[in-house]
Amino acid sequence: MSEKHTHDVVIVGSGLAGLRAAVETAGRLDVALISKVFPTRSHSGAAQGGIAAALGNEEPDSWEWHMFDTVKGGDYLTDQDAAEVLTRDAVRAVYELEHMGVPFNRNPNGTIAQRAFGGHTRNFGEAPVKRACYAADRTGRVILDTLYGQCVQRGIHVYPELSVVDLLVRDGVVCGVVALDWATGALHVFHAKAVMLATGGFGKVFKTTSNCFANTGDGAALVFRHGFPLQDMEFVQFHPTGIYGLGVLISEAARGEGGILRNRLGERFMERYAPTIKDLAARDVVSRAIMSEIRAGRGIDGRDFVYLDLTHLGKERLAERLSDISSFVRIYLGIDPAEAPIPVQPTCHYMMGGIPTDVDGRALDVQGRPIAGLYAAGECACVSVHGANRLGCNSLLDLVVFGRRAGRHMAAQVPSMDLTPLPSQAEAPVRERMEKIKERTTGVRPAVLRERMQQEMMERCGVYRTREGLDKALETVRGLQEECRRNVFLDYRGERYNTDLMEALELESLLTLAEVILVSAASRRESRGAHSREDYPDRDDQNFLHHSLVYRDGDKIGVAAKPVSITRFEPKPRVY
Amino acid sequence: MVLTFEIFRFDPEHDAEPRYQTYRVSADPTERILDCLNRIKWEQDGSLSFRMSCGHGVCGSDAVRINGRCALACQKLVKDVAENQPVRVEPLPSFRVLKDLVVDLEPFFEKVHWVKPYLLGSPEVPEKERLQDPEERKKLDHVIRCILCACCVASCPVAAENERFLGPAPLVWAFRYIFDTRDKERKNRLRAVDTPDGAWGCRNHFECTRVCPKEIPVTKSINIIKREIEKVLR
Repeated sequence: MSEKHTHDVVIVGSGLAGLRAAVETAGRLDVALISKVFPTRSHSGAAQGGIAAALGNEEPDSWEWHMFDTVKGGDYLTDQDAAEVLTRDAVRAVYELEHMGVPFNRNPNGTIAQRAFGGHTRNFGEAPVKRACYAADRTGRVILDTLYGQCVQRGIHVYPELSVVDLLVRDGVVCGVVALDWATGALHVFHAKAVMLATGGFGKVFKTTSNCFANTGDGAALVFRHGFPLQDMEFVQFHPTGIYGLGVLISEAARGEGGILRNRLGERFMERYAPTIKDLAARDVVSRAIMSEIRAGRGIDGRDFVYLDLTHLGKERLAERLSDISSFVRIYLGIDPAEAPIPVQPTCHYMMGGIPTDVDGRALDVQGRPIAGLYAAGECACVSVHGANRLGCNSLLDLVVFGRRAGRHMAAQVPSMDLTPLPSQAEAPVRERMEKIKERTTGVRPAVLRERMQQEMMERCGVYRTREGLDKALETVRGLQEECRRNVFLDYRGERYNTDLMEALELESLLTLAEVILVSAASRRESRGAHSREDYPDRDDQNFLHHSLVYRDGDKIGVAAKPVSITRFEPKPRVY
Repeated sequence: MVLTFEIFRFDPEHDAEPRYQTYRVSADPTERILDCLNRIKWEQDGSLSFRMSCGHGVCGSDAVRINGRCALACQKLVKDVAENQPVRVEPLPSFRVLKDLVVDLEPFFEKVHWVKPYLLGSPEVPEKERLQDPEERKKLDHVIRCILCACCVASCPVAAENERFLGPAPLVWAFRYIFDTRDKERKNRLRAVDTPDGAWGCRNHFECTRVCPKEIPVTKSINIIKREIEKVLR
């Protein structure tokens, strides 16, 4: 038995991209918003530091500088036509958020306050620029709350605590999704003219991550399983400053406000790696610098972390602008950041890759043609505005700019589209998958396999990679997939809030994506942005200045190249 | 160290009555209670249900009652509870239990929606941002920390007895818009909470303030609303 719903559009995911798209379509289309968690629990709410836009409230700034920084930050793999859309629209997008009610911090003259952030510079790399608009260190949270309020005001139909477990495709046309309702255990079939995936990232592939438990990449995994491609999956961002051991994020805003990274000897080591902008270099550069210091024995006490020193910022500034991270440090480490430095290490933070889309959120197939009925935006998508490495504060921007554009495109196109009939027995494959898992009474618990995957990915597919390591990891992950198919069992077979089953299904998504990341990483025999190959330490524009597409081709996995859009900025060596 | 937990279990599909189940878990003093719950679920008993997501006190999913006090499982550490074993973990009180530690939050979100959690501004907006005095904006610093975890409502003695009482978190959200200088419906917002079940329902027990994981001065904020009602409406 399953419940059936018909809507014009189904949006999956209630982070900023999903909510912004819903707001845009409200009143024009009948929209359903499906979310694994209550919308206010979405992971966009964990974004701390800010949203980038060249408002120029603090000092002169321009969208072209912002575009240049975005392209250079992405190590020239950023599609420049898309980066132009992003950075030109940024200023309008931030004003719009302000009009909706986002409580940005303010300057004495009443304008939105801005601060420095990694990789954002004036005049094409000269010096750091204050471009990040913020609300203390809760910028994502207040934008999430504001957009949620907008959805409440517009009466958007939200289905909370439903996980999407299958994509419904008929003759190449996406016509709905199957979702599992955690409260009841019932399957719901959603029939729609268009489906928009805004399911976020999948940092849970890795052991140490700033990501939430819900970030298991269900949307991206489903797209791949149905034979559509994923793009640039080898580019995984490790944020330089996760709390040691835990992975909880210490915002780059801490360095934007003047924080300094120090090694065992007390040296400000970033001076050696990025002489011009030092601690505010792009994240991949800083993460590699930290790993190099650790490898050279200059981690604190010779161990695998360094210090983030905020002691010189003063209690007042920490309380006013960095209060959440100060409280994380107090709670989890028992440290007052005004008194003592914070032990940090790189933590898996963001996926540059995902479902390839155009600038209107239309998902694309291997040939670059729009997939009928399928949209994607946010971290699960790859436009690509972040290229091989995303700049801080560009993700919130990406979410609201491309969430809106996807919504706008759907509002224009969907009214003239027809409902494609559902495949017969739409939910049968999912039901079979679930029953197989529920049938077993012995075997291996999902958590065991997940932990092995996370460990392996962290060790062999982290900040540094080698051919040998990637091959080994691929073998391990494929073994785990097999074990997952044959052997996973549950303790609980009931219907209500069966989070045991939820984690088993999520594990399938994670293992699918781990394999794609590894295949993609092995095929890129160069170092670019966040993808750092020890056996190929240099960027190789001759052979690899292109996007990677990975797709399922029968039982095999295919890899294809896709050209990069280069409009204004010719690739140059990347020095900060 | 090894900790003993007593966890509230109830599966309305199968159980007539709730019960407490005992588990023993080894954990480091600096680990989170959430880590312990996960270890139980992943290694001993997958039938245990609870909500969680961000794991560091930002999303508000894992609010439960730990040794009688409402808190986020990801913000309480093992060393905070080690003295008081067995550690009793229960669902948030005052809410209907759906399974184990999972409660029905629909009534809570309905009340948040009732306060109109969105800016009611003038339709005319400037081309750029509206200007706002930083001192005025600062008045919202505390209340915008609310993550809707519902710890406050679950701890409120008034809410426990009167289900019509709006409750602390919805009043915090009312505050957030009443004192936003960009909002144009200030008076109507004040009128809406000027009722025995609105701001005046609060009897200054301060339980909400004591448990708030984001250290929002909840009771004080409600009293500020009351003063504003006296000033503006009387």
